[in-house]
Amino acid sequence: MLSYEIAVIGGGPAGLCAAISAAAAGASVALIEKDRHLGGQLVKQTHMFFGSKAQFASTRGIDIADILSRQCEELKNITVLLGATVLGYYDDQVLTIEQDNKVQRVKADCLVVATGASEKVLPFPNNDLPGIYGAGAVQTLMNVYGVKPADRVLMVGAGNIGLIVSYQLLQAHVKVAGIIEAAKHIGGYLVHASKIRRAGVPIMTGYTIKKAYGERKVEGAIVWQLDDRWQPIPGTELDIPVDAVCLAVGLTPMGELLWQAGCQMIYVPQLGGHVPFRKATLETTVPGIYVAGDVAGVEEASSAMVEGRLAGLAAARRLGYHNADWENKYQDALQQLMALRSGPVGEKICSGLKCVVV
Amino acid sequence: MLSRTGVATCENIESILPPKERLQKGPVAVIECFQQIPCNPCYSSCPRNAIKPFDDINDLPVLDYESCNGCGTCIHNCPGLAIFVVDETYTEEEALVKLPYEYTPLPKVGDLVEALDREGKKVGQAQVVKVQNAKGQDRTPVLWVSVSKHLSQQVRNIGMEG
Ligand SMILES: Cc1cc2nc3c(=O)[nH]c(=O)nc-3n(C[C@H](O)[C@H](O)[C@H](O)COP(=O)(O)OP(=O)(O)OC[C@H]3O[C@@H](n4cnc5c(N)ncnc54)[C@H](O)[C@@H]3O)c2cc1C
Ligand code: SF4
Ligand code: SF4
Repeated sequence: MLSYEIAVIGGGPAGLCAAISAAAAGASVALIEKDRHLGGQLVKQTHMFFGSKAQFASTRGIDIADILSRQCEELKNITVLLGATVLGYYDDQVLTIEQDNKVQRVKADCLVVATGASEKVLPFPNNDLPGIYGAGAVQTLMNVYGVKPADRVLMVGAGNIGLIVSYQLLQAHVKVAGIIEAAKHIGGYLVHASKIRRAGVPIMTGYTIKKAYGERKVEGAIVWQLDDRWQPIPGTELDIPVDAVCLAVGLTPMGELLWQAGCQMIYVPQLGGHVPFRKATLETTVPGIYVAGDVAGVEEASSAMVEGRLAGLAAARRLGYHNADWENKYQDALQQLMALRSGPVGEKICSGLKCVVV
Repeated sequence: MLSRTGVATCENIESILPPKERLQKGPVAVIECFQQIPCNPCYSSCPRNAIKPFDDINDLPVLDYESCNGCGTCIHNCPGLAIFVVDETYTEEEALVKLPYEYTPLPKVGDLVEALDREGKKVGQAQVVKVQNAKGQDRTPVLWVSVSKHLSQQVRNIGMEG
């Protein structure tokens, strides 16, 4: 059985930064990723990121993935396991991992769980027709495999993901018939919305999808307006002919391993679903198990990176790696997180965090 | 309203537009960023420190119109693609608009293209004067287009269909 001081589960921005900061502090780290490459969501993000220089603002997500992967490779005390899915966690600090059709066990003194989030779906008639996609699938097809997913798309959801994926569809020469959003206001950044609008794409707030239709695949969708109590208004139906409907209706944390490990969990809508209670150090209620990134609450890559750095530092310290630089790095990460969340768009996250930080 | 439509209102635009006297002096940035989000590359990328220092990363950018010379560095550094440069002194009848354009194919210098407003509606014709796509721009080309002077604060995109 392989044994490491720290096992980081998930190689997205949170996991990469956790591995880097823990290894830089001196710990031996295994970074375990189920995909064949590192980067998590970042590898699909061809757009420039927000934030400040410390979080690689103005750099494209895909390039951030490369920068972090390289930093990881340069640290000799990080072992990267790719194509390796963590299946379970056992009380004696043992993980079972499936890699290349073989199951193996890895023992670790500390865990950082950075498994990210999964997409929510929306119930409506015919949502099982070919041509109904999650936004993540559309992005993966276009930006990872270079496959054009459709000719004309209806986007459901005007959060950042719906707006950005619409933009990337336009860049791939796919028509976007419109973006519908059930809320009365656009949830994503308005600069993203403006960029889609000046490309001629309508955004319809206060609308939802009634049904999709089509013989053997999507041929169109019926949308209708919602009243102030979120009830559909009969007679407001619009028929939008499209060959794909793309759902961007939110993400929910993937906390299965945390449940297994016995971490105390709580449902917090502002954070996207069930999330673990944690200390400021991101340690859960099970000593030695830390969380970082979307699994701790659906937010952004910029904050996921900083949380990863925090969790990695805290886990290293728990194992006795605590040099002069430690405190500075830790305080710097705390401050960056606070700054990122201090504005109006951070209010929701902060109100959610109030319920879970113990 | 901007948060419902995604299109800046007249009031939004008036609140950030450089004063007439400044516009008459030559190229200047028009920063169409109206929502507090955690973002500051406009400030950190400006070589002339024309954007006031951010106390908080969520601050809205505030431009010192007199320090800005319209160089356009901030255009391709803004992840929101929310910054334009307008030169109302370009010719007697025409203004120059510099805009970010991340679509293919790129137009060529001299091309006549559709001039589109903030809703993507055609409001006139534009001629491509320059296509900037240097390595340092990291794949955010900036187009310089000339438009009738009265459209200088309306044209924010181009279309290549017609
Ligand atoms: C369309 C879109 C646009 C976005 N734009 C921005 C933006 O402009 N700016 C910004 O800051 N953020 C943006 N984000 C958000 C950002 O991508 C996420 O918040 C961020 O990726 C979360 O990082 P993470 O490391 O927590 O999770 P992820 O990136 O999801 O990584 C989790 C990793 O864990 C792996 N994994 C999961 N379970 C297991 C297991 N059991 N065993 C092994 N490995 C496992 C997964 O394969 C994955 O690689 C965007 C997201 C989307 C979808
Ligand atoms: S145009 Fe140039 S000088 Fe003006 S704000 Fe932008 S970067 Fe600064
Ligand atoms: S870089 Fe662009 S999006 Fe970010 S604050 Fe400045 S103007 Fe707004």
